[in-house]
Amino acid sequence: MNSSLQLSADGRLRHLLTVEGLSRGLITQILDEATLYTGGGRKLPLLHGKTVVNLFFEPSTRTRTTFELAAKRLSADVLNIQVAASSTTKGETLLDTLKTLEAMQVDMFVIRHEASGAAHFFAQHAAPGVAILNAGDGRHAHPTQALLDMYTIRQHKPDFTALTVAIVGDVMHSRVARSDIHALRILGAKEIRVVAPRTLIPSHIEAMGVTVFNELDAGLQGADVIILLRLQKERMVGAFLPSTGEFHRDFGLTRARLAKLSPDVLVMHPGPINRGVEIEGEVAYGERSVILEQVEHGIAVRMAVMGLILGSEELQHENRRQRAPMNHAPR
Amino acid sequence: MTTSVLIKNVRLLDPAASSDETGYLGIRAGRIDYRGSEAAPDSAYGEIIDGDGLWLMPGIVDLCARLREPGATHKGTMRSETNAALAAGITALCLPPDTNPVIDNAAIVNRVNRIAKAAAGAYVHMLGALTKGLAGEALAEISALKAAGCAGVSNALAPVANPLIARRALEYAASLGMTVHVVSLDAALANGGCAHEGAVATRLGLPSIPIAAEAMAMRQWISLVEDTGARVHFGRLTSARSVELLTSALNRGLPVTADVAAHQLFLTDADLEGFNAMAHVIPPLRTSTDRDALRAAVRQGMIESICSDHQPHEADAKINPFALTEPGISGLETLLPLSLRLIEEGLLTPLQMAARLSLGPARALGLDHGSLALGQNADLVLIDPQTNWVLSSKEMLSVGHNTPFIGDTFHGRAVRVWRT
Repeated sequence: MNSSLQLSADGRLRHLLTVEGLSRGLITQILDEATLYTGGGRKLPLLHGKTVVNLFFEPSTRTRTTFELAAKRLSADVLNIQVAASSTTKGETLLDTLKTLEAMQVDMFVIRHEASGAAHFFAQHAAPGVAILNAGDGRHAHPTQALLDMYTIRQHKPDFTALTVAIVGDVMHSRVARSDIHALRILGAKEIRVVAPRTLIPSHIEAMGVTVFNELDAGLQGADVIILLRLQKERMVGAFLPSTGEFHRDFGLTRARLAKLSPDVLVMHPGPINRGVEIEGEVAYGERSVILEQVEHGIAVRMAVMGLILGSEELQHENRRQRAPMNHAPR
Repeated sequence: MTTSVLIKNVRLLDPAASSDETGYLGIRAGRIDYRGSEAAPDSAYGEIIDGDGLWLMPGIVDLCARLREPGATHKGTMRSETNAALAAGITALCLPPDTNPVIDNAAIVNRVNRIAKAAAGAYVHMLGALTKGLAGEALAEISALKAAGCAGVSNALAPVANPLIARRALEYAASLGMTVHVVSLDAALANGGCAHEGAVATRLGLPSIPIAAEAMAMRQWISLVEDTGARVHFGRLTSARSVELLTSALNRGLPVTADVAAHQLFLTDADLEGFNAMAHVIPPLRTSTDRDALRAAVRQGMIESICSDHQPHEADAKINPFALTEPGISGLETLLPLSLRLIEEGLLTPLQMAARLSLGPARALGLDHGSLALGQNADLVLIDPQTNWVLSSKEMLSVGHNTPFIGDTFHGRAVRVWRT
């Protein structure tokens, strides 16, 4: 579904709203493009003269910053707008907000909103030629996070068809989990597991192609990659879990638990981490953790997506030619 | 306006008499004054209609239509909505009490009656509030509401959280002979959700409403009916589980009836794909298994009525991300067309359809209607079951164009309506 909304007739990316419906080829292309951008370096002219607006209806520093850096490294003009929920209840609708900003000749909106489907909504109503990049909509999707997760996994374990991936924690409320599941399926992962108490597993999640585990040790058995999800402590305790302590006891990734697993298992987390809740502090920056790599790759992947959507064919081609020698081949 | 009409050679669908035959029907002074298989003296009528190929049935009674007046006239007015209803073959409809102000006292009933009369569309029956302000805390003046003309009482979609108050409200209404109309939806379990709890809501990340939200509330109301013997009408069923509960209650002889919204017989949660806000309804669209169970119950007559659950909105109400849009479908103008589709799909006979649209709802409201017998009020609808047409927002009479059926081709529609 929705692929018609985010893809043009010839299969090019117009918006990035969700991983669902993307082809393996397109995902691979994005990951390949991202390798051109790793390792920082000088500014590239790909988006020179383009205006990118980070339109965030939910507070975020990390994600917004990586989008901002990505756009700036491609020479775009960047505007950050943090919209308080209150201003959209004062009679100005979301559509008004979009149209007002659109009138300022914006080329791309990077949007984060608490309602699932918000990015689709903006894409449906955006003027032709205005691109929407979903930076997280409710519980639905966070496609660039999933792509950077795939990028990170690929760096270490290039053959997805051999992988068992365990996604642990608050799957119910997680857009990261949903987008990772789509991406892993499209890339052909051998087994995708979700691991959490029943209160945090949404109904019929099996229909997305995952296996459900309600017990951590069983869920981690034989896993090649562990993706931990952030627990929103404020809304969890009492309603979904008795306490964060009990969650940590049963589902927290500790050094002791990790010791029982394959020595080359990858530990991932979209951040920001809750130390002592979903992950033990020393595991977060331990030898199997690639959490900081994820952050670094986030910028490269977002540059790749922005370049594919907004960059002109000639500049993209020129860019590839110039950057190719610096290509960081998968290890 | 012609005062007397003779319809010749028309297929007469008479649910009360369980008869389906071609014949002649005459209307004079607002009543059915002739019915027979032979031609009546043509000259005695001011207008003669050739009914060849057409169907005549008692006017449709719609058990649930929001008209938006009083309180939200930017979404629709008494005039726009009751006239849209009438043109669609609905001669009477039932307005739930969740207007603004709430229909919880006689003065409001009188005011709504005045507006409805001036609007000169479909006849407006009202459900009075079960509790004051629909707050679920104190009984409304049900006796006064009855005296003012309310056809029943209801708390609409507002919860009655305390079962003791629910029980007393049932007892009190029952002692007045008033049916309590219930939409079973436990607010705590529904938890502000906007979609059926299932694979679609999970994939789209939409807050969801479990089946138990409906089933648990319905079980509670049925328990109270068991104790009190009060008459309860269950409106807008959505699930196979509710059909089971209804069947069991009916088999035990409990005084319950039920309806389903027409859209629930066609749409499922799969229609939410792409965050289609037009398919955002409360109670929500569920699975094809649920839809099929609802259809079976309609065919068997366990569910006696099909209603529109009409909820017109201004365009802006649906222009938002899914969960932030207002729920509801503008349904008056598709109630008969969708019901005709059930005939086309082999689910109902024309006579059964006529029963679910007239006799069934009339019974739920305690009205003497649903018959083509001599002397009956001439609330009638003439249907052309063949004509092909496409639903377009331009041609809709309701102010609300919020329907997922825009662009659908329908076979058959009301071509003439008489309302006394």
